[in-house]
Amino acid sequence: MKLNLKIWRQEGPNVKGKLVDYPLDGVDGDMSFLEMMDILNEELINKGDIPVEFDHDCREGICGSCNMMINGEPHGPQKLTTTCQLHMRKFNDGDTITIEPFRAKAFPVVKDLIVDRSAFDRIQQAGGYISVNTSGNTQDANSIPIEKEKADEAFWSATCIGCGACVAACKNASAMLFTSAKISQFALLPQGEIEATDRVEAMVRQMDEEGFGNCSNTGACMVECPKGIKLDNIARMNREYLKAETIA
Amino acid sequence: MAVLDSKIPQGPLDEKWVYHKNHINLVNPANKRNIDVIVVGTGLAGSSAAATLGELGYNVKTFCYNDSPRRAHSIAAQGGINAAKNYQGDGDSNYRLFYDTIKGGDYRSREANVHRLAEVSSNIIDQCVAQGVPFAREYGGLLDNRSFGGVLVSRTFYAAGQTGQQLLLGAYSALNRQINRGKVQPFNRHEMLDLVVVDGKARGIIARNLVTGEIERHGAHAVVIASGGYGNVFFLSTNAMGSNVMAAWRTHRRGAYFANPCYTQIHPTCIPVSGEHQSKLTLMSESLRNDGRIWVPKKKEDAEAIRAGKKRGVDLAEEDRDYYLERRYPAFGNLVPRDVASRAAKERCDAGYGVNKTGQAVYLDFEAAFKRYGKVEALTHGHKNATEAEMIKLGKEVIKKKYGNLFDMYQNISDDNPYEVPMKIFPAVHYTMGGLWVDYNLQTTIPGCFAAGEANFSDHGANRLGASALMQGLADGYFVLPYTIGDYLADEIRTGEIPTDTPEFDQTEKETRERIEKLLNGSGKHSVDYYHKKLGLIMWDKCGMSRNATDLQSAMDEIRDLREDFWANVRVTGTADTKNQELEKAGRVADFLELGELFAKDALDRNESCGGHFREEYQTPEGEALRDDENYAYVSAWEYNENPRDAKLHKEELVFENVELKTRSYK
Ligand SMILES: Cc1cc2nc3c(=O)[nH]c(=O)nc-3n(C[C@H](O)[C@H](O)[C@H](O)COP(=O)(O)OP(=O)(O)OC[C@H]3O[C@@H](n4cnc5c(N)ncnc54)[C@H](O)[C@@H]3O)c2cc1C
Ligand code: SF4
Ligand code: FES
Repeated sequence: MKLNLKIWRQEGPNVKGKLVDYPLDGVDGDMSFLEMMDILNEELINKGDIPVEFDHDCREGICGSCNMMINGEPHGPQKLTTTCQLHMRKFNDGDTITIEPFRAKAFPVVKDLIVDRSAFDRIQQAGGYISVNTSGNTQDANSIPIEKEKADEAFWSATCIGCGACVAACKNASAMLFTSAKISQFALLPQGEIEATDRVEAMVRQMDEEGFGNCSNTGACMVECPKGIKLDNIARMNREYLKAETIA
Repeated sequence: MAVLDSKIPQGPLDEKWVYHKNHINLVNPANKRNIDVIVVGTGLAGSSAAATLGELGYNVKTFCYNDSPRRAHSIAAQGGINAAKNYQGDGDSNYRLFYDTIKGGDYRSREANVHRLAEVSSNIIDQCVAQGVPFAREYGGLLDNRSFGGVLVSRTFYAAGQTGQQLLLGAYSALNRQINRGKVQPFNRHEMLDLVVVDGKARGIIARNLVTGEIERHGAHAVVIASGGYGNVFFLSTNAMGSNVMAAWRTHRRGAYFANPCYTQIHPTCIPVSGEHQSKLTLMSESLRNDGRIWVPKKKEDAEAIRAGKKRGVDLAEEDRDYYLERRYPAFGNLVPRDVASRAAKERCDAGYGVNKTGQAVYLDFEAAFKRYGKVEALTHGHKNATEAEMIKLGKEVIKKKYGNLFDMYQNISDDNPYEVPMKIFPAVHYTMGGLWVDYNLQTTIPGCFAAGEANFSDHGANRLGASALMQGLADGYFVLPYTIGDYLADEIRTGEIPTDTPEFDQTEKETRERIEKLLNGSGKHSVDYYHKKLGLIMWDKCGMSRNATDLQSAMDEIRDLREDFWANVRVTGTADTKNQELEKAGRVADFLELGELFAKDALDRNESCGGHFREEYQTPEGEALRDDENYAYVSAWEYNENPRDAKLHKEELVFENVELKTRSYK
C-alpha cells in the first residue's frame, strides 16, 4: 500500500522541529510499524538524506524502548499494543499517518522521535526496590508462602514496561500509572511491605520533582497503556501515600 | 603468548567452589572504596554484577547502549530459569542439574564451572524472591515450576511468559538501590568502543556518548564485559536489534581469546519468516512444548495442498499427522533439546513436508492440551457430563492463563488465531554459546578483564538447555564474579586511581576516532543494513543449522570480500558529533564482518557434530550428530592476529572426571 507519512523532525533538544511529509510506497500488511519505518529510512539513506531516529530494541513488545505518537495516540490505534507489535494491516492504502514523539515536559526531545525518559529511572532510584543485600544469604524462597491471587496481582503490576505512553496520553503529563505500578508490586508482597511508607513517599516526591503533572482521574493512561496496567494501582498508591502521611 | 590456565580448583567436584572461595584473595572492605570497576552491559549479568560489586563497596560505573538499564536484551526472555530446588520432589539435585547441563551441552563444557552453576542455582531463586520478583505460585502459596527441553524433572521457575523481564527488573532494582547510595554511576546511552590495556592489564575503556557523540575515557582497576551474545551476526535472529559483538570483539582484538565462536543455538519454536522486509524473528517460548505437540502431515500431497492454501492443517485427521518428535524420540518426545528439535524440523521441511507458503514451517498444536486440561477443569468444577466442546472451551481458558501473552503475540504477528488453528513455527538463531574465553574466575586472557553472562563462553558447551542462560547470567553476576574478581583486585589496592591521560588512552582514543572517520568516509554506495543482510544470508546458508567444509571455506572468502566492500563503499549518513544511529550500526556491523569469518573458521576446524554445531560430514545413519571425543573434546580459543582467518588456535582440553562421555540420546 501507499502511505503519506507526516513525521516530526528535530535535530536536537534546542533546535526547533517540524512535521515533514514523506510519501511511502510498497508497504505490506505483514510489516510491523517499525519495519515500515526501516523501509522509509533505507529510502532516505539511498537518497543521501538523514534517516529518522527512533528508539527501539527488542521489537517484541517487552523492552519498552519504542515510543511514538501515531495519529495522536501513543503506540498507535491498536489497544494493548506497542509500536513494534503494531502491524501495517491495521492501516489502509492511501492513509495519512502523523508520527510524533511522546511529548511531556519531563521527557525532553533528544532527536526526531527520541525523547529522554531518564526521569523514570530516577523515580525508581528514589526507592523502587526492596533493600535486601544481594549476598545470597537470604532465606529459602518458599519460607514465606504468598497467596496466589496476591502474587498474580503483584506480577500484573510488575509487567509495566516503562514506555511512557501513560505520560504521553495524559493531559497533565502525569506519571502516576507508571509510579503506582511499581509501588503496588512491592506493597502487595510481604517482602516489600516493610518499607512501603518510605518507598511511596520517596517515589512520589521524585515524581513531582521531575516535573510530571498531577492525576485528575481522566483515565487516558490506562486506555493507552500497551500492557493494560490498571487504574487500581493509582488507587492503591494513593492509599499507601495517605497511610504514609498519617503515620508521619 | 598467554597460557590457557583454566584455574580449576583442586579437590572433588562438589567441593571445588567452596575450596576456592576459602582460598582466593580477599579485598579488605576499607580498601574496596579505593577500587574502581567498569561493568559494560546491564542485562542480567551486568546489572547483578554491578549491584553486588557496589554493595560490596567497590566504585562501579555501568555502561549500556539503551536509554535505561531496564531495557537490556535480557528483558525479552520468556520461559523461565532453572534451579535445583527439588520443590516438586521429583528427584532433582545439584548433581542432576549439573549432569543435564553437561549432557545437554554435548560434553563440550567445563565440569567445574557447570557444577558451580548448579550449586548456586537455588540461591538465585531465594535472592530474587527476596527482591520481590513475582514468580508464579500455586494455590498453596508456594512457587510453581514447569519443565523445559532436555530434562525429565520440573525445575524451571517462571513468571508467566515474562520471566526475563521480572528477573531483570529485580536486578535493575538492586542496581537502582546502589545508584541511590552513590556506589554505582550509570552511563546509559553510552557505547564501549574499545578496551584500554596498560602494561598488559585492562585499565579502562573508550566509550561514546550516543547522544552528544562525545568520545570519553574511563579508567578502572578492572573491566567486566557483560555485553551479551552475537546472534545478530545472522541479521535475522530472536535477539534485540541492538545486540552486538562490539565490546567483546574489541576486547578480543586487544588480546582476549575468543572461544567456540561457531556454537550457535537455533531455537526450534519461532514464528517463521514472513517476507523480505523482516527485521527480526520472534520466539515462542519453549515452555509451549510442555503442552503443544509438533507435527507435519504424513503425506506429501497433504503438505502440498496446505502450502497451496487448498487444505487446512486443523482439518487433517489424526492418522494423517506425523508427530515426528514423539515418533523419533519416545522418551523425551516434544521436549527433546533445542538442537535436536531444530534439526528434526529442518529435516521434515527439507523433505517437503513444510506447512507454510515457503515450506519452512511445522505445526505446534494445542488441541490435545485443550482437551486434556478441559477435562480436568470440568471434573474439578463438578461438570461430570461436560461435552467435548465445553471441555475444549474450559481447556482454552487454562491455556490462556498459562501462555495468554504468547498466544496474543503470535496472533498479532501472524494474524492467525492460535486458539483455533495450530501455530506455525520454525527454528531461528537464538543464543550464542561462544564468547570470550574465561577461566574459573571469569577472567579473560587479559588480566583485569572479566566476562560474564552470554558474553563469555563458559558453562553451556555446544548447546544450551532452555532456562539456563538466565541462570548463568545471574549466577555470574550475583554469586561468582563478586568473589572471584577480588582475587585479582587484592593486588590492586596500592595502585591508586587509574589516570586516563596516559599514552595508552591517547592511542586507543586516537584509533577509535580514526575508525569513526573511516566509517563516515565510505564511497556511499550502500546502507549499513545492506551489508548486514548480506552477511546474515551467508551466515544462515553456510554456517547455520548445518554446515559442511566446502560451504564454510567459501563463507570465509565471501565474508572477507564483503568486509572489504563494506569499508570501501558503505554509506553512513550524518556526522559523529550528535545522535547517529546509522553510525552506531555501522560500527557494530563492521565487527560482525570480522567475527563472521572467525565463526566459519572455527566451524571448519571442528570435524565433528556436536550440539549447535552440525557438520553434514559427521552424522550417524539415522541423521543424528556424530561427536568425536577423541579429537575434539576441547574448547577452541582463538588468538587475534590481524585477520580473522589468521587467528591462532589454542586448545583447552576438556577433562571429564565425573561424567562418562556418552552419545547423547533422547530416545
Ligand atoms: C526472546 C528470547 C527469549 C529467551 N528466553 C530465555 C529463557 O526463557 N530462559 C533463559 O534462560 N534464557 C532465555 N533467553 C536467553 C537470555 O535471555 C540471554 O542469554 C541473557 O538474558 C543474556 O544476558 P546478558 O546479561 O549476558 O546480556 P544482555 O541481556 O544481552 O545484555 C547486554 C547488555 O550489554 C549492553 N551492551 C552491549 N554492547 C555494548 C557496548 N558496546 N557498550 C555498552 N553497552 C553494551 C547492552 O546495552 C545490554 O545492557 C532468551 C533470549 C531471547 C532473545
Ligand atoms: S504504565 Fe503502561 S503506559 Fe505507563 S509506562 Fe508502564 S507500560 Fe507504559
Ligand atoms: S522495541 Fe521493545 S517494546 Fe517495542
